[in-house]
Amino acid sequence: MDYTILIGGAAGQGIETVVLLLEKTIKRSGYHVFTYKNYMSMVRGGHNFMQVRFSDKPITTYSTKVDMIFAMTEETVDFHIGNLKEDGLVILDEEHHRGQDYVHLTLQSIAKEIGNQKVVPTVGFGAIAKYFDLDLEIAIKALGETFKGKVLDLNIEALNRGYELVQTQFSLEKKKDDRIIINGNQALALGAIAAGVKYYCGYPMTPSTSVMSYISAKSKEMGIVVDQIEDEVGALNMALGASYAGTRAMTGSSGGGFALMVEALSLSGILEQPVVVVNAQRPGPATGLSTRTEQADLRFVIHAGHGEFPKMVIALRNPQDAFYQTARAFNIAEKYQIPVILMTEEYMTDYMMTIDPLDFGKITIERSIADKPEGKNERYKRYKYTEDGVSPRLIPGKIQGVEILVDSHEHNEYGNIDESIETRINMMKKRMKKLEGLKDELKEPDQLGDENPDILLVGFGATHGALLDAVARLNNDGMSVGALVYGDIWPFPTKLINKLGKNAKKIITVEQNMTGQLESLILEKTRLEIFDRILKYDGRAINGDEIISNLNTILEG
Amino acid sequence: MNYSILIGGAAGQGMDTLAQLLTKSLKRYGYFVFKHSDYMSRVRGGHNFIQIRFSDRQVYTYEEKVDIIYALNQETIELHLGRLKKDGIVLADRALSDDEGLLLLELEETAKEAGNSRAMTSVGMGAIIRLLGLKPEEALKVIETTLKDSIVEVNKEAFSKGYEMVEPRFKVEQLEEGRILIDGNTAVALGAAAAGCRYYCGYPMTPSTTVLSNMEKWSQELGIFTEQVEDEIAALNMALGASYAGVRAMTGSSGGGIALMSEALSLAGIIETPIVIINVQRPGPATGLPTRTEQADLRFAIHSGHGEFPRMVISLRSAEDAFYQTARAFNLTEKYQIPVILLSDQYLADGEITVEPFDFSSIDIERNLHEGELPEGRYKRYLLTDTGISPRIIPGKIEGKVILLDSDEHDEYGNITESASVRKSMVDKRSKKGELLEGEIQEPWIIGEEQPDNLLVCWGSLFGPVKEAVQLLQEEGFSVGALAYGDIYPFPTKLLKKGASSAKKIIDIENNSMAQLDGLMREFALIKSDEKILKYDGRAFGVDELYNRLKEVVE
Amino acid sequence: MTCEYNLYDPSWCPGCGNFMIRKALKQALEELEIPPHMAVVVTGIGQAAKMPHYIGTNGFNGLHGRALPPAIGIKLSNKELTVIAESGDGDTYGEGGNHFIHTIRRNVNIAHFVHDNQIYGLTKGQGSPTTAMGQVTTLQFDGVKIEPVKPLALSLTMGAGFVARGFSGDVPQLVELMKEAIQYKGYAHLDIFQPCVVWNKVNTFQWYKDRVYKLPEDYDYTDFNAAYEKSLEFGDKIPTGILYKVEKETYEDRFQFIKDGPPLVDAELNPMDAEKLLKDFY
Repeated sequence: MDYTILIGGAAGQGIETVVLLLEKTIKRSGYHVFTYKNYMSMVRGGHNFMQVRFSDKPITTYSTKVDMIFAMTEETVDFHIGNLKEDGLVILDEEHHRGQDYVHLTLQSIAKEIGNQKVVPTVGFGAIAKYFDLDLEIAIKALGETFKGKVLDLNIEALNRGYELVQTQFSLEKKKDDRIIINGNQALALGAIAAGVKYYCGYPMTPSTSVMSYISAKSKEMGIVVDQIEDEVGALNMALGASYAGTRAMTGSSGGGFALMVEALSLSGILEQPVVVVNAQRPGPATGLSTRTEQADLRFVIHAGHGEFPKMVIALRNPQDAFYQTARAFNIAEKYQIPVILMTEEYMTDYMMTIDPLDFGKITIERSIADKPEGKNERYKRYKYTEDGVSPRLIPGKIQGVEILVDSHEHNEYGNIDESIETRINMMKKRMKKLEGLKDELKEPDQLGDENPDILLVGFGATHGALLDAVARLNNDGMSVGALVYGDIWPFPTKLINKLGKNAKKIITVEQNMTGQLESLILEKTRLEIFDRILKYDGRAINGDEIISNLNTILEG
Repeated sequence: MNYSILIGGAAGQGMDTLAQLLTKSLKRYGYFVFKHSDYMSRVRGGHNFIQIRFSDRQVYTYEEKVDIIYALNQETIELHLGRLKKDGIVLADRALSDDEGLLLLELEETAKEAGNSRAMTSVGMGAIIRLLGLKPEEALKVIETTLKDSIVEVNKEAFSKGYEMVEPRFKVEQLEEGRILIDGNTAVALGAAAAGCRYYCGYPMTPSTTVLSNMEKWSQELGIFTEQVEDEIAALNMALGASYAGVRAMTGSSGGGIALMSEALSLAGIIETPIVIINVQRPGPATGLPTRTEQADLRFAIHSGHGEFPRMVISLRSAEDAFYQTARAFNLTEKYQIPVILLSDQYLADGEITVEPFDFSSIDIERNLHEGELPEGRYKRYLLTDTGISPRIIPGKIEGKVILLDSDEHDEYGNITESASVRKSMVDKRSKKGELLEGEIQEPWIIGEEQPDNLLVCWGSLFGPVKEAVQLLQEEGFSVGALAYGDIYPFPTKLLKKGASSAKKIIDIENNSMAQLDGLMREFALIKSDEKILKYDGRAFGVDELYNRLKEVVE
Repeated sequence: MTCEYNLYDPSWCPGCGNFMIRKALKQALEELEIPPHMAVVVTGIGQAAKMPHYIGTNGFNGLHGRALPPAIGIKLSNKELTVIAESGDGDTYGEGGNHFIHTIRRNVNIAHFVHDNQIYGLTKGQGSPTTAMGQVTTLQFDGVKIEPVKPLALSLTMGAGFVARGFSGDVPQLVELMKEAIQYKGYAHLDIFQPCVVWNKVNTFQWYKDRVYKLPEDYDYTDFNAAYEKSLEFGDKIPTGILYKVEKETYEDRFQFIKDGPPLVDAELNPMDAEKLLKDFY
């Protein structure tokens, strides 16, 4: 079974509350849940909507068609009626007279009776809960996690009243629930905390802010400094200072904020200072669409920073990736003394997904800090030449007689300014040499579907869920199709794509940008021919349905 | 014929003035001149040197081997003796050495006699002019017109005394002249001024600062507003304001300063406001080598700025190119309403060279501002059109019409929108401009053979050294030709594909370590180079080094 | 434990005020008996900012205008380190202006030494945020057209708890001021006049010598209004010394685990410590 409920209304009407309650209740009844969230960039008014999809099987994308629309405003109906399945239901308050095909409930008047307009969403939730025969106890427990005291009582009353309004239509059998429900930013934050991050500085910028606010909420409990800094230029510079002093440090932003970090990124390259930076992408250019989604910063991030220096770029594909890859990023950053940039996307920062509990036992912390200086009484060489280009790293203030100098100019092994030809060449080679070790550790893209497909789809980042869904369905229908979804994306892993690409009849890229940035990487690094591309750049996430329909159009044409 | 003079010493010893006088003089004697400076990032001390090369045919770069070394300190002799040509001369003050193989003269003493020991370099200059076999008049005129009145006589006297101290060793004749002597940054500033740029703001950053100071110098005379702003972020944002208000505006920086402009570059892309930005490249990362040269910001220039928007990137190949391309950049930015980024580098910016006087009459100013009637009603700054280019007007010029720009995604009026369909149509609109631009981009310059066995590819200031190297190799009978990219994004591929189809070897020559041009060739033409000659030690290619490295790989 | 600081050969011009400032810095650190491995000098870009290369402390020579953010990151990470942020007037009050303002708001326990020569030295003579209005420079050919920043008045207004001015021409006083700034628990702003012998022909050594005077013994540096008045005194007489000094809570003390616990850098890192956070997601 597979069901989608769309809840829509204006900002400030409490849609989030209904969604949260639904998610928790359905999940705790033992179902897989996937909530797709759509916000406008407003605090009050406008139109927001969310789609809660649930099933007895794992879900990784949202459905185009919905089974139920719960409309808090009339315009919600107009916006979404086109996506309602044939036998779908529309629920709305009785004040909107829309005729007999719609279910009109006395939501507002019940709320009035209870004595608080704000419980309207809960009344609706109660009705929906009855439709699906959800366990009231589970629902009330969920309420208790959101509301307290008198407000909780009012909401419980509202829940019961809503429950009484309708009849059960589908009975959801209660099953065992041992999963968690989480979004990409929360998972990312958990990954960072697990990896021992102790310093997060940043500037509020949608959709990266919730990483900072989650870590800030845990600041006291976990002993992490969180600094909301005056601007993004300062943010990365500050994180580099913290890293220099020996803590695992991190910063993050979106588009424009990341753009302000570009100079400091170059700094981290020449200082050889480990740091993890998050770019939570949203549509640009400039302010663009603050609350929408896109993956159009790939080339920008890869080439960010003037001059040439090694960096790693990882595109996060789903919440699990966000947890494990973030923790891994810290190890890699410290091992190779490079900046590691994690790319996520608004879609993934906001959607909620049930997954297996994250396994903290799998996380290892490898600081790669040297024990002591090599050679007694010798001045410490922060940038000592070594075979693999990685110099033994010490932390200031730990060893008497050892001072550590890091410098943004070209420098010699001690870190002192040096303009000589020989030093310049050696230092450039040294830094770039680190990439070779890194290349051996790269993870090839995730391979989905047929092992040796005729049609090879290639994507990266958060399109993973949609590709997983599309490929499974197409395989089911007998199509020879597979997908490669990139996580580690710079340096660019080429083994798998070369292997599969040579045998595939058609390579088709799937991206959420206009210029085909992944395609350009494939061309540059492999010179494989790309047959066609599926590009979506209207600020909304692509789903499995769309990939399938676009693919069919391409294959027919 | 071909001579090179190297002057070396510590910062503060008067080298710059001497080099300036010598270079100008040699030009007045009718020669093609190329002056290349190598200086450290300090104000006093350290070791700096300047090389002046002159020839009876156009030269574009420096030679490793030199004919005359004028050493202002001992360190110079030690560092550069190995670079002397077979019959070369080392000139120095007697106090600096015992080596009788050098030409040691009482330069300081003579200067004192002339009236001031600080005129010592003029004594040396006199000696050099005589050693070359030239008459003194032109040089004396240059001293007169260049130095401050108060010190002219002393220096002329010192020059003459120096002149008398030696006998000619080389035979250099005086020729007809009529050229100008100019460096890359000044050429850029002239191009901008010629093209009607009336707003230049920036922040001091080597090696871009002299673009700003040149504009500042002409500020009163030409009516150009110039400003040294508080930081580079302000610089680009401010220039965009000026451009919105209808003035041709420009800003510039290097490395880290350009990095700080990334966000505002993205802004320029979405508000579709014309702007010219110059990145005078120097070695990075970060502070890197402030006074050295490199061309490692190509990919950065092409992809800088979050989101997607069309832009143009032009790499400047010579001082002449700098003048004409800068002027052209202003027309292009206003025609397509996209940002145009000029890539220069320290080598080009500071290298002084003789060129034909710039032809200001050939510069056209095409504002592409909307003339004639506008449709009734509210003005649509971002009107959807076939070409993607919306008619542009200036605020305060037309009654009843106001202009709204916005950094959010917007509708045709400029108002914020979140609609999926409007978003898509705006992205398509902007991107169309980029497609249209592709029809206008210029293919690279061809040097030597058009379809050679050995096809060299290069960009920016590599043009000079490559041109000379190709000449030498052709003279030796090699089948060689080169493509020197100026317009580099969108990336022109016609000539490349043509040359690659018949070449036996493709050789990529760049001043960086990651072969960024090669990456572009692979991405846009699926062509890769067979050999790479890369230099990333902070110095430019001299003709000798490039020639030698090419000899190792050409077929 | 030796507290002697090595010195290295600088690229400063002969006669540059930086030499004296470095001398004072070395002396101050040695008199305070801070071992070199516990001191960090964090700088931006400029001639003043080359300090970490020329004195044997830990050093972080970062980007132009960006000395303060890393300094904060370092101090918060290891409160035991003595952190000194140091750069020129252009770097601090111009490119780094925004960080200057907001660092004061935090009140992190760092000493901030600004080498104020009222010109840009390294980039060869352009006007700086503290160059006088009307002064002709290598870029402002017909004189600077904007008013200079008033750094001490600015930091006072922002609420800095320690505001002082020194002069490279008075090393003994400078040593004392540096010691006070380093020992002060909070953000300490010390603006240090120095002549730039090559590029600033107005604010020469003599110019400063003729104007600076030490604040008297009985000057009350807890009096904000007096301090504010003194901070605006910039004509024939310019006061040096501590203008203002009061106690304030530091930023790092507002993080309980930093105040009461070991330095952040010494925290034990164990992924399993974080597992408890998962409960919110069930």
